[in-house]
Amino acid sequence: MPITTAYEAKIEKVSILDEQGNFDEKLGAPGGKPIIPDADLVRLYEAMVSCRQLDQVAFRLQRSGRMGTYPQNMGQEATSLGAAYVLRKDDWMVTCYRENCGLFWRGVPKEAILLHWMGDERGNAMPKPHWVTPIYVPLGTQMLHAAGLTMAARYRGEDRIACTFFGDGASSEGDFHEACNFASNLKIPVVFVCQNNFWAISTPSKINSAAPTFAQRGLSYGMPCMQCDGNDLFATVHTMRKSVEYARSTGLPCFVEMVTYRLGDHTTADDATRYRDKAEVDAWKARDPIIRLRSHMMARKLWDDAKEAALAVRVEQDNADAVARAEGIAAPARSDFFDSMYADVPHDVIVQRDTMQTHSLGQDPSQLPPEAQARAAQLAAEAAAHAHH
Amino acid sequence: MANLNLVQAINLALIQEMEKNPDIVLLGEDIGVNGGVFRVTEGLQKRFGEKRVFDTPLAESGIIGLSIGLAMGGLHPVPEIQFEGFLGPAYDQICSHAARMRSRTRGAFTVPMTIRIPVGGGIHAPELHSDSPEAIYAHTPGLKVVMPSSPYDAKGLLVAALREPDPVLFFEPKRIYRAFREEVPEDEYTLPLGKARTVCEGTDLTIVSWGASVIQCMQAIEKAGQEGGSSIELIDLRTIYPFDMDAVAASVKKTGRCVVVHEAPLTCGFGSEIAARIMERCFLELEAPVQRVAGFDTTMPYYKLELDYLPDAHRVARAIHDCLAY
Repeated sequence: MPITTAYEAKIEKVSILDEQGNFDEKLGAPGGKPIIPDADLVRLYEAMVSCRQLDQVAFRLQRSGRMGTYPQNMGQEATSLGAAYVLRKDDWMVTCYRENCGLFWRGVPKEAILLHWMGDERGNAMPKPHWVTPIYVPLGTQMLHAAGLTMAARYRGEDRIACTFFGDGASSEGDFHEACNFASNLKIPVVFVCQNNFWAISTPSKINSAAPTFAQRGLSYGMPCMQCDGNDLFATVHTMRKSVEYARSTGLPCFVEMVTYRLGDHTTADDATRYRDKAEVDAWKARDPIIRLRSHMMARKLWDDAKEAALAVRVEQDNADAVARAEGIAAPARSDFFDSMYADVPHDVIVQRDTMQTHSLGQDPSQLPPEAQARAAQLAAEAAAHAHH
Repeated sequence: MANLNLVQAINLALIQEMEKNPDIVLLGEDIGVNGGVFRVTEGLQKRFGEKRVFDTPLAESGIIGLSIGLAMGGLHPVPEIQFEGFLGPAYDQICSHAARMRSRTRGAFTVPMTIRIPVGGGIHAPELHSDSPEAIYAHTPGLKVVMPSSPYDAKGLLVAALREPDPVLFFEPKRIYRAFREEVPEDEYTLPLGKARTVCEGTDLTIVSWGASVIQCMQAIEKAGQEGGSSIELIDLRTIYPFDMDAVAASVKKTGRCVVVHEAPLTCGFGSEIAARIMERCFLELEAPVQRVAGFDTTMPYYKLELDYLPDAHRVARAIHDCLAY
């Protein structure tokens, strides 16, 4: 038998508005109709600017001790925003921790994200109508949950799909591969979006994959795969439209790689100058999704300096308000972390909660010698008086 | 009433709850056409269809991760992990996500899920098919951990687990899957999680145990009764977390002596927690130090020596004797 081709694949790369400002009319405005209506384009641009400004505010909050470690989103705004813009409001968006722009677009309050990074679980209590999951910190685990959430929807006969975001680093995790395999074999319509931002803390993407693209990771699971310029909002919107339509109409998963760049450090606890060249960062600054879109809008007379100045004022106020709401929330009760452990908190845990200020853990008062009993009673009285005040 | 073994009792519980609750779905490796390697899910795919009972790719983390998503999406998944030795790959999903989801979202997302896991030694199985990791999960806040010791208990506890709003690890001692039968009501009943069962009452000494070890304890008690007439109380914990310390403390306050018996290794086995709690709650009533009969702090040996590792009636009897000598 001759040698034949068992399988052949090609992966398309989508670019519509490139870094020189060239706009592909055929893809970006087929039949003269822009794939993003002008009014939407302005709103999307404003969302990106607002997200960027909040990033800077968050950075300053961390540096001044008002917030804990924070991962900046800078440079990656067009990826999650493109997805959020295309997804139906009731599709699941299951993200990692650098997708603020998309989450805000879906209506997640900014103070929720700030609260999370301010060390307050109440930031994760995202209301159901946003159809988003809370921030996931361990890499690569959330894609399986996206598959399960979608399967549960399909079980009920709903045509909801999910879009899940993860990075180039997370695509090395076993759970990523299990999620792709499960979604593909069990026929679950999930759009897997790999945000290739080139750096997983200090690990360059080439250590996470020796293949020419991350998009081709999806090929081995039988998924259609696309790559797009993740700093080009038109490209992310176009690619997501194709992918979302495919997933919803076929009930099958597909795979997208959005090529972008982490302009900031990994988090505020990181110093990226230790491991990457300034020249590389500068080159990517020139490909900034916000600058690119602004130039395009100005060229099309959709935007001008006066509007930009007015937006800056508005955004600053909006974000200051969000910070005020996050910082203004009443402190949680000291016992807060006991109460949400279970639907019915075990008696044992209740005892630990109620005696946390008066007894050794688990100490049964009936077993205490008289002197210690008196001391426990005194502590209890003090705690009660404190609670009263 | 039917005379059922433990496998049949679990199968019956699954059928009855699935008929009642359309949100229950079963998933795992070989659980569909094959009915599970122990046949616990025998006939369920035929009865409920492939939508509700389905085989997954061979990936434990994937099985639990998918189940977490199903549960967050409003279903009650019942994933089967084929053997407790294969829980390792799923540890992250169980402990980093299932256990914490309610707490970290302050109740916005919950994970009602019952993970079924054959557990323990004594069936001449290959390596990593005979361990007892219950303490690892009892140590993880947010989970509930159950281990029945009889067909009747298995049905009642499983039905309760399937109605839990939080994740439950339901360990099924494979040594007693088919070891004996007992009357199991066809009618619906539940046994509340967190409540122990007093298997037999006594006044001289309390034994606390769970899972297949309960059977070894009963044999030891019978032996002790024949030899010296000591009156021994046996408490089957049934649920490892949350555990029924009130039942244990009441019994130990009465008898003043306690022996804890389990298959898992001694150090940080759940017997350590029981012994510590007895110190806290019963110190003034104790007549003797708490004795522990457990697996050793070694790797579970291959099956040629597994009976030397597992607590048996002889070792339990020796502990009873020692404890009574004080």
